[in-house]
Amino acid sequence: MAISNATLAGLTRTQLLEMHYMMSLLRRFEEKSAEEYTRGKIGGFMHLYIGQEAVGVGSITNLLPEDRVLSSYREHGHAILKGMEPRVVMAELFGKSTGCSKGKGGSMHMWSNELGVYGGNGIVAAQLPMAAGLAFAAQYQGLNNVTMCFFGDGAVDEGAFHESLNLASLWKLPVVYMCENNQYSMGMAVAKAWAVDSLMPRAAAYNMPGEQVDGMDVIAVYEAALRAVERARNGEGPTLLEIKTYRFRGHSMTDPAYYRTREEEHEWRNTRDPIGIFEKRLQEQGIATQAEFDQNDARATQVAEDAADFAENSPDPAPAELFTGVMVDNSTALSFRRERE
Amino acid sequence: MQMTMIEALNSALALELERDRRVVVFGEDIGANGGVFRVTEHLQNKFGEERVFDTPLAESGIIGTSIGMAIYGLRPIVEIQFAGFLFVCMNQLVSQAARIRFRSAGAYTCPLVVRAPYGGGVRTPELHSDSLEAVFLQTPGFKIVVPSNPYDAKGLLASAVEDPDPVLFLENIKLYRSFRAETPTEHYSIPLGKANVVQEGTDVSIFAYGAMVNVALEAAKQAQQETGTSVEVIDLRTVWPLDEDAIAASVEKTGRAIIVHEAPRAGGIGAEITAVINERCFYSLLKPIGRVTGYDTPYPVPGQEDYYLPTPAKVMTALREIMEL
Ligand SMILES: Cc1ncc(C[n+]2csc(CCOP(=O)(O)OP(=O)(O)O)c2C)c(N)n1
Ligand SMILES: [Mg+2]
Repeated sequence: MAISNATLAGLTRTQLLEMHYMMSLLRRFEEKSAEEYTRGKIGGFMHLYIGQEAVGVGSITNLLPEDRVLSSYREHGHAILKGMEPRVVMAELFGKSTGCSKGKGGSMHMWSNELGVYGGNGIVAAQLPMAAGLAFAAQYQGLNNVTMCFFGDGAVDEGAFHESLNLASLWKLPVVYMCENNQYSMGMAVAKAWAVDSLMPRAAAYNMPGEQVDGMDVIAVYEAALRAVERARNGEGPTLLEIKTYRFRGHSMTDPAYYRTREEEHEWRNTRDPIGIFEKRLQEQGIATQAEFDQNDARATQVAEDAADFAENSPDPAPAELFTGVMVDNSTALSFRRERE
Repeated sequence: MQMTMIEALNSALALELERDRRVVVFGEDIGANGGVFRVTEHLQNKFGEERVFDTPLAESGIIGTSIGMAIYGLRPIVEIQFAGFLFVCMNQLVSQAARIRFRSAGAYTCPLVVRAPYGGGVRTPELHSDSLEAVFLQTPGFKIVVPSNPYDAKGLLASAVEDPDPVLFLENIKLYRSFRAETPTEHYSIPLGKANVVQEGTDVSIFAYGAMVNVALEAAKQAQQETGTSVEVIDLRTVWPLDEDAIAASVEKTGRAIIVHEAPRAGGIGAEITAVINERCFYSLLKPIGRVTGYDTPYPVPGQEDYYLPTPAKVMTALREIMEL
């Protein structure tokens, strides 16, 4: 029997159940995306967030509508969590005109000005210096926004990571750096890529606080992100969080995954599923019941289905859409087309 | 042996590693995983981690260190996973690799090969489909090679490795596995800077490279059948330095020229070839030069790429126009 006034980490039962729902939604949404990709409805590359749901949910729960979020190509979940309609995300995956970028961005490019979502980016680590710039602009304009930047363990190896952290620390910018260390960058194990065994020396090198967090525990992520967001909002500068997680699927939809064993994958999926861990905790503490989880899951499944239906029934962008948005008046892109047609 | 372009490139790399101890091969995921497209498959097994190795995700670091290696006696062959990621290491490529020889008055050279998959047609998104060759035309010091078939790929890669200067070796993604061609298993080389007349003709010359060679050939066949037009198809093989003699000789013969490339039109290889024709054989021209290219937009998403890319039909339109048919 659930206790209606139970709390965990200062979160109400309603909030906790909402977090559970969001985790379920991201899971079901990605499963649906995978299905549609296999059906040939989605083209290009697609990178699923399955296994990492606790990271996005635990952290973005702390953000306000005016806060900013940047991510990598593994960003469908971040966009949904920042308020993007699953329908709109799915339509973008399908390349339909009802997508957030009118179908012109595709899987790696979820952008929304109103929601403060700045991608999705096809270039690893490109979002890192941009995050410092957004935070600078917020500060300069007297806005109290926090910029939250998600990236992988591989992105840490790019120069852009180091440049961004140094600048953000030097200028005391309101950035929360969220490294989702899922232990592989494509086929490269983090142990083979990093000269250090954690990000903590990197945080120290740029004179900012750092924390290592269990990314399969949504509450741990929530608490660490809360501290970092508060520091940023209070003008105390950036924080680097290293969130340890695992992607349950391949790097993208075509990944034979030679670089890790099936046993390792099973071990994570069976014993460290972030949704399962959260459910167990909520149940053990008498906060929620299996029936409520099932309800959430059924709703999530339905929303994912609906998103796919919406995407499927949306129109393709007109070919002429290709020539818009290159520059303000589209003149450079258009001149040639006229000539050719 | 019948090989795909992947197999031909793999064979070339294996032979270079075998022939020359100075050769090292590295990049992201190229070791045990054999690279995104499996071009380097099994090489680490055969030649060891000392000579075929993975790097962390750091394109600028990959190119920068390979320059150091090349200057100091090695022959690095590095892979950048997609040509679009070359932008991440532009400083090392353009400001450094290309200028080492000039800057040191020849005291140092930079015999480096940068391999990168490029081009569209397999539903990959922007920066994973872009054709960047023209960006490097404004980078004196680099050679730019773009093979159109397995046989050429292998022979040209051998020459690229032997070349004393940095070579950007662009491999068309669509061509990787789309067909096989007879390719010797042993070592051979095809000279850089020399175009190949793939099909002789008398009415009009089409200049192409990479995946566009087959597009041109298809259009040429159709033009012959439907209109009796005799099309000469020239595969540039190397887009820098351009084989100006081959271009001029062909246009002097046919009097008409069409250039086909998937990169955007403005400032592209087509523009450079047009200028070469103007300088070398303007008075041989019977008609204005035609260009069939990608549009001047970023590379589109999968759903629009068929519309974006040059096709045999688009080349046919250009052929009809230039032949006044
Ligand atoms: C500059 C650049 N280099 C290489 C790639 C190809 N690539 C895409 S994702 C990826 C691995 C990134 O790993 P990580 O940062 O750990 O993120 P994850 O995929 O694990 O979420 C690579 C090498 C790219 N997109 N951009
Ligand atoms: Mg990773």
